[in-house]
Amino acid sequence: MGSPLLAVRSLTKLFGTFAACNGIDLDIQPGEIHALLGENGAGKSTLVKMLFGVLAPTSGEILWKGSSVRIPSPGAARRLGIGMVFQHFSLFEALTVAENIALSLSPGISLSKVAEEASRLSHLYGLPLDPKAHVADLSVGERQRIEIVRALLQNPELIILDEPTSVLTPQEADRLFETLAKLKAEGRSVLYISHRLEEVQRICDRATVLRHGKVTGACDPRRETPASLARMMVGSDVASVSAAGTGARGEVLLEARHLSVSARTPFAVALRNVCLKVRGGEVLAIAGVAGNGQGELFDALSGEYPVADASAVFIRDKAAGNLGITARRLMGAGFVPEERHGHAAVPGLPLSDNLVLARNQSDRRTFLSGGVLGIIRQAVVRIASRRISETMDVRKSGEDPAAGSLSGGNLQKYIVGRELDRQPAVLIVNQPTWGVDAGAASRIRQALVDLAKSGSAVLVISQDLDEIFEVATEIAVISEGRLSDAYPARELTREKIGLLMGGMYGKTEGEEAAHAY
Amino acid sequence: MRIELEKRANPSRLFSILSPFLALGLTVVAGGIMFALLGKSPGAALHGFFIEPLLDVWSLHEIAIKAAPLILIGVGLSVCYRSNNWNIGAEGQFIAGAIAGSIVPVVLHDWHSPLVLPLMLISGMIGGALYAAVPAFLKAHMNTNEILTSLMLVYIAQLFLDWLVRGPWRSPDAYNFPVTRDFAPEAILPELVSSGRANLGFAFAIIAAVGLWFMMRYTLKGFEITVLGQSERAGRFAGFSSRRMIWFSMLLSGALAGLAGVSEVSGTIGKLQPIISPGYGFTAIIVAFLGRLNPLGIIAAGLFLALTYVGGEAVQLTLGVSDKVTRVFQGLLLFFVLSCDTLIQYRVRLAFSRLGRGNEGGAH
Amino acid sequence: MGMIEAILLTVITAATPLVLASIGELVTERTGVLNLGVEGMMVMGAAIAFAATQVSGSPYIGILAGIAGGALFSLLFGFLTLTLVANQVATGLALTILGLGVSGQIGEPYVGMSGAKLQPIEIPVLADIPFLGPLLFRQDIIFYLSIALVFGVNWFLFRSRAGLKIRAIGDNHASAHALGIHVIRTRYLAVMFGGACAGLAGAQLSLVYTPQWVENMSAGRGWIALALVVFASWRPWRVLLGGYLFGAVSISQLHAQAFGIGIPSQFLSALPYAATIVVLILISHNRRMTLINTPASLGKPFVPDR
Repeated sequence: MGSPLLAVRSLTKLFGTFAACNGIDLDIQPGEIHALLGENGAGKSTLVKMLFGVLAPTSGEILWKGSSVRIPSPGAARRLGIGMVFQHFSLFEALTVAENIALSLSPGISLSKVAEEASRLSHLYGLPLDPKAHVADLSVGERQRIEIVRALLQNPELIILDEPTSVLTPQEADRLFETLAKLKAEGRSVLYISHRLEEVQRICDRATVLRHGKVTGACDPRRETPASLARMMVGSDVASVSAAGTGARGEVLLEARHLSVSARTPFAVALRNVCLKVRGGEVLAIAGVAGNGQGELFDALSGEYPVADASAVFIRDKAAGNLGITARRLMGAGFVPEERHGHAAVPGLPLSDNLVLARNQSDRRTFLSGGVLGIIRQAVVRIASRRISETMDVRKSGEDPAAGSLSGGNLQKYIVGRELDRQPAVLIVNQPTWGVDAGAASRIRQALVDLAKSGSAVLVISQDLDEIFEVATEIAVISEGRLSDAYPARELTREKIGLLMGGMYGKTEGEEAAHAY
Repeated sequence: MRIELEKRANPSRLFSILSPFLALGLTVVAGGIMFALLGKSPGAALHGFFIEPLLDVWSLHEIAIKAAPLILIGVGLSVCYRSNNWNIGAEGQFIAGAIAGSIVPVVLHDWHSPLVLPLMLISGMIGGALYAAVPAFLKAHMNTNEILTSLMLVYIAQLFLDWLVRGPWRSPDAYNFPVTRDFAPEAILPELVSSGRANLGFAFAIIAAVGLWFMMRYTLKGFEITVLGQSERAGRFAGFSSRRMIWFSMLLSGALAGLAGVSEVSGTIGKLQPIISPGYGFTAIIVAFLGRLNPLGIIAAGLFLALTYVGGEAVQLTLGVSDKVTRVFQGLLLFFVLSCDTLIQYRVRLAFSRLGRGNEGGAH
Repeated sequence: MGMIEAILLTVITAATPLVLASIGELVTERTGVLNLGVEGMMVMGAAIAFAATQVSGSPYIGILAGIAGGALFSLLFGFLTLTLVANQVATGLALTILGLGVSGQIGEPYVGMSGAKLQPIEIPVLADIPFLGPLLFRQDIIFYLSIALVFGVNWFLFRSRAGLKIRAIGDNHASAHALGIHVIRTRYLAVMFGGACAGLAGAQLSLVYTPQWVENMSAGRGWIALALVVFASWRPWRVLLGGYLFGAVSISQLHAQAFGIGIPSQFLSALPYAATIVVLILISHNRRMTLINTPASLGKPFVPDR
């Protein structure tokens, strides 16, 4: 092995007393695709933010082509030859593609030059883009292309990609891998951050694994098995979820009939003629790439934004389309939204208050007293809150801490447990394990499967195909606000789901195929 | 050197109690410096401002008189601000309440009945609530910014009052002075105790504050206010309606401001005149924040700001400084309160030159 | 000078402070900072400019002092909201309350004094154009500055790289930070620019419009300027349009009073405030347009992780 392009020596980042990165060592060779593996919270993002000058290291050393460097800002990183594609895109919706790209270039270049160069590069690497388009109007895949082109315009020797495929369809991901292969062939290096073992094994030459801020392994991913990689990431074997589907199917408990919702804001997706049925004992999973109407579907099914047509949604055989969320809860439904902070929970309030948040009417008799005064029985609420924490194994500091002080996984366990605690007949969950560590994710998935086995109807909206195959009995795909037919989970492959995500609807909507590539 | 903030996982209990006192201390220090700059002895001035009014019964009554509207308005505003509705037009609702409450004693001045006073108080509350209903309606149904509309309505209320007392409601025997006729005795709010002028308005203020404290602390309604103020989306998830909350908080604060207004004209002034408030509606904003939006804290804060009014008047007489000093004091106090509140949510560090600086330096 | 010319001249004088204060606040809000303290900064500018003029004898020194005073005063807001992440709405209110108090202190010795009126500057040749000449080219320096600022800000925001950065910060401060744009520093500068413009607007009030010092002489113009920014949907040209519309409204009530039509003067004086409400209703009615135009990070606090 020659001298590395980038080397990191015992790099440490402390937030207060918490070590997000603790003595990290890492070598990236010229012309290799190097994977950085780890769970959420393992310190991957903190590490690359230090490499890109967004965060300042507490101690340690970064070597670029053998000499020690200090990277005080993203500008400095770019001058060295490091480009970055963020997981949460650093794009500006109100600006055009060209303006977005210009922002990361040296100020001397005119906007028209930027546009020219951007379209040249985008064609060279197979990433078509219109420089004059406003970002707000673009799909997630197109937005990622801007990020990549923006990084390529700097002619970088090292490109860092943070979880790039988490927002792509399998087909879009394949195209990305082709682009990466081109970059590698030109002698550039890629630092590829992911928690998806399958794709790491497919495209990466070497891998460094992080856990709790420390390097726990460096290996050639092709020589490992998914199980051995997972062990390095998680530190122990993760309990596999025992799937549903064996239980008996009951009656239809949740149904949407030709549910259509027009876009509420300029940035929203309209739902078009969505039909679905979930029976007791079933887990219907709705797959789809982010931004295709998942949030809007959740809003309409939960009743946070009811629709005018009562018969668009049925809960336990009663028309509920025009009813609000409280009425739907009283009919036996429970809801877990995607966003934990500021939707499912108020981060500044203690857990017990966040229990009242979801159950102030469904458990009115238990939690409230004083008739119209509506006095909250805080002692009773605390007992219920403790019960939920114990059942779901929620790790927290103190008896009743603020929701915002819990880790993502623990808060999500609490939020899911809050609904399970009242044994809902219908449970609707949006992205149940987004940003959650593997242990908590498996626990939550098992809880969803168990609820279905006990006879409830469970609807899971998810972007994570691994999760979907773990929990679902039936699978449908949402794309541009339309929902495909539901198929039994056993009959579907990833490729078929990918085609549905691209908007191919088979028999009824053949013309949509023109959209897919 | 620069200041760095680090978010606390849980808000600091210590600083949520300490921060108002810290702010008071800083205000007193800044006030001392201001007096020194004006060429007055800081010790004597501060003593005159903050201590002397506490030493005689007359000024204690004055403090209660001025604290009453501040507390009444302040507790109403605290409900608004906690629920993220920025009613800053309480001054206008105060005037609207005063006008509506004066209909009976001015227009029906020949009617003598024990019902006059209760009717005045009720119509004052309705007047204030109706005036607050304008920005509430515009925000809830037209999506119009309540900050600007409620404030514009203050100017309109002031001009309307000016027109009333110079025009249709001007007293026939006031020699062209812009005042209404004096209220009849049964239209005057009774005094609280025999030792001085403080009237029932102060009792209203305490009752309102304790009632709202109970609501905020123990009831689902209080919980709803807190949730909707911190996250409208979480509130919607809980089944709460932010639109109904706009109405609730604006009407409540409007009614309390209206009650304060009618109590002021009925209890303290005894008639309507062009200027009936030394800016109570705005000072109550400071009261609400100094009291950390907690009704019990607002009682204390209202008393303190009333002290700055009375102390300001006293110092004006004894040391010959301008009455503007009071407003400077009040403005400084709000600044320090807001600064010190940072300590509750954040750990504040002074960072000297270190690795990675020069990127996000503030100007300080 | 004809009747119409005279009326238009007064419209220009009434519109200039609104345009100035709005264009400054527009830049501040474009970076995502909502400074509700315009009224306070304006009245501070008025008091400082008047006092400095009296002390130095030169209204130009007064103007400079007004600008500097407004900018320095806005720093207080910047420190609280940007460095200490205090609530922007409450801090803006605090700035207004403090500004009204402090300006009263500063202006107290000068109450009732008549000021040195700022003299117009004739622009050669252009000033001789009939009708337009006396209106547009025989004006004081603050008027010229107000027009130049609208041109300048429009060019700056939409043609310059720094303006692009400002729009980027206003759209998404976290992304801007990740790209290495100095979010806090830029916001400090934008807040100070807003303060300087409001100070200049105040100077216009006490040196041109009135010209004397009267307590609370901004009389809600700072708040109207805030409404104008919304009315203009954060575009400089529309600030000019809105400023002159409002100038015309507030002048029309003076002229109506002079003509002695049968409406009480108080009702006419309330006209600009009522008009502000009506305009706000008309704009906010189009929710979609407001959503698209409002800088997405407006009023949201930003704490960089370090």
